[in-house]
Amino acid sequence: MNIGKFAELLLLLIVLTDFAVLGSSRLSACIRAIAIQGVLLGILSLVIDDPRSVHAMVLAAGTVAIKGIVLPLFLRWAMREAAVRREVEPAIGYMASLFLGSLAVGASFALANRLPIITKVELLVPIAFATLIIGLLVLVTRSKAITQVVGYLILENGVYLFGLTQLSRVPFLVEIGVLLDVFVAVFVMGIVVFHINREFDSISAANLVELRES
Amino acid sequence: MLLLAILLIPAVAAGVAYLLPRRGLRLALLVLTSVVHLTLVAVLWATPDVTALRGWLVSDPLGLIVLTLVSVLFLAASIYAVGLLREESPRGGRLFVTCLLGFLAATSLVSLSHHFALLWVGMESTTLAVAPLIFHRHDRRSLEAVWKYLVLSSVGIAFALLAVFLLATSQPVLPGMRALVLDDILANSNSLEKTWLRAAYVFALAGFGTKMGLAPLHTWKPDTYGEAPSLVGALMSGALTSCAFLGLARFTEVAVAAGLTDFTQPLLIAFGLISLVIAAAFIIGQADVKRLLAYSSVEHMGLLVLGLGVGGIGVYGSVLHVLNNGIAKGMLFLVVGNLVLATGSSVAADMRGMLKVRPWSAALLFVGLFAVTGSPPFGLFVSEFSIVSGAIRQDHWLVAAAMLVLLAIIFVGIGGMLLKIIFGTGTETTTDDEKATGDSALLLIGPLGLAALVVMLGLYIPSPLQDSLARAARLLGGVAP
Repeated sequence: MNIGKFAELLLLLIVLTDFAVLGSSRLSACIRAIAIQGVLLGILSLVIDDPRSVHAMVLAAGTVAIKGIVLPLFLRWAMREAAVRREVEPAIGYMASLFLGSLAVGASFALANRLPIITKVELLVPIAFATLIIGLLVLVTRSKAITQVVGYLILENGVYLFGLTQLSRVPFLVEIGVLLDVFVAVFVMGIVVFHINREFDSISAANLVELRES
Repeated sequence: MLLLAILLIPAVAAGVAYLLPRRGLRLALLVLTSVVHLTLVAVLWATPDVTALRGWLVSDPLGLIVLTLVSVLFLAASIYAVGLLREESPRGGRLFVTCLLGFLAATSLVSLSHHFALLWVGMESTTLAVAPLIFHRHDRRSLEAVWKYLVLSSVGIAFALLAVFLLATSQPVLPGMRALVLDDILANSNSLEKTWLRAAYVFALAGFGTKMGLAPLHTWKPDTYGEAPSLVGALMSGALTSCAFLGLARFTEVAVAAGLTDFTQPLLIAFGLISLVIAAAFIIGQADVKRLLAYSSVEHMGLLVLGLGVGGIGVYGSVLHVLNNGIAKGMLFLVVGNLVLATGSSVAADMRGMLKVRPWSAALLFVGLFAVTGSPPFGLFVSEFSIVSGAIRQDHWLVAAAMLVLLAIIFVGIGGMLLKIIFGTGTETTTDDEKATGDSALLLIGPLGLAALVVMLGLYIPSPLQDSLARAARLLGGVAP
């Protein structure tokens, strides 16, 4: 199997993890899906660019470590602290979520077709857009704070996928900075989730309704 | 070296502050760092065009204006913090001081970055540094505010990152053009791929617009400013939003150089007008003074992008307005903070007749009322006037008319509430606490200094500043008066 086909296979698997999050009612399954997505992203950054460059290797290792291992473990810890299992609670049903997700994929392909070609891996740009939109979808349709963090991570992964098209041009230090910032962002969010849980005895952001325009 | 010192001194001080054992030492370090920072920024004014890290950090007119604003506000805020943390200081203020200094480092990085990704890293760091500051009181309402802030600005910042990558995509591979370095992009602006650049600009507007709090992306703002300590509100509405505007302005520089003004201007005008309308609608009948100030911030962010959007002299007005709005907002939040300390509430009905209870703060609030609504002789009058006349000279008659009507409505709304707070009758609740009449001097020095500055900017602009304003306006596609 040549390297381009392998990259496309990885991208298809990434879309599958997107849909796994959209269609799953169990928080632990969502967290497992984004862990897998993080590992896939890491492998993908090795495949897209010159795989022997130190740059790509360190970035791949960092991505797998942070997005594939550390953050999912941290979210799992937060979930256990909050003692939640069936905790996804979407504002719209799972079927509707999946349907909107497929619309997002279709729209992303239509959009990418109209843009100038920038990479040999044709699926990269549309799937980056699709992942971004699905991340937003999870963020706005799920009421649990911790699921919203999952949505943010998917959104961020979509941006990262698009960034892979520029992998060889963006300086290494900057990419590490971006990765670290995402790490700290999720960490801070996790701390807030922990406090929300303690204050409200539930981590539903739907309880956060005290601040309203009266 | 100078640029690196400006970034690293607050960053190192943030780390040291966390390790210091006593509150007094931490506060001393806070004030010392802000004095050193402002001194270094003053040196930077005397030594033009400093660069560091192979052109990744440059002090250019626009960045220097924002950096100066940040530094001045931070000095005022840190003196205020000494007074504030004496009055209320949960957990000894350790995390508070550390995050304040981290905020200074991050905003300095944004001001000096000429590398788009570095600017992004700075912008994201400001979000993270500010989150624990909003959550200072550790209660339900501030928890809700910080969650809204984190979610919305994280989405915004993700869009901004996408904008950075899209900008890199628009750059062809040319020798001598490094990816995402502003000066290299501007030198080769004709070779940029327009489709990707347009996409980059749209996402930059959405992303930095969220951080600025442009309507309809402003929904975090009233909650955050309402719940955060006033000192944090001052830094966010004065410094943080100005840094976000700087991010948008950097993208605008590129778009202007690539000849995309026909594409960017209508977008900017639309966002500006929507922000003014939303601000006017929610200022009328607002009950909480900090939320009122938040909507006033939405208004002024709208004015900033309107100025950029109408072009011509409006751009000059916009750059000047960054300074004016930042200083006026910083001052108002600090003054309102004093009144909230006195009454224990930020609901306007609970704080009437403050002139008797807190004469100094009430007098400053009176000054701030006219400053923030753009009355002469304050600086905001000059900058708002430039934006309106920019709109008229570029034949945007309807925009100018809408602006004037909305500004008048906002003036009535803000004036109505603040005048009742100053002169109204009704509260005797606080006067029984005898020692509480009058503010501590530490809580007044900052706002007094800022009030003096906003008056000065209305009457006289020093010539180095005038020169920088003109150069910045030209870079953004405008003209100087």
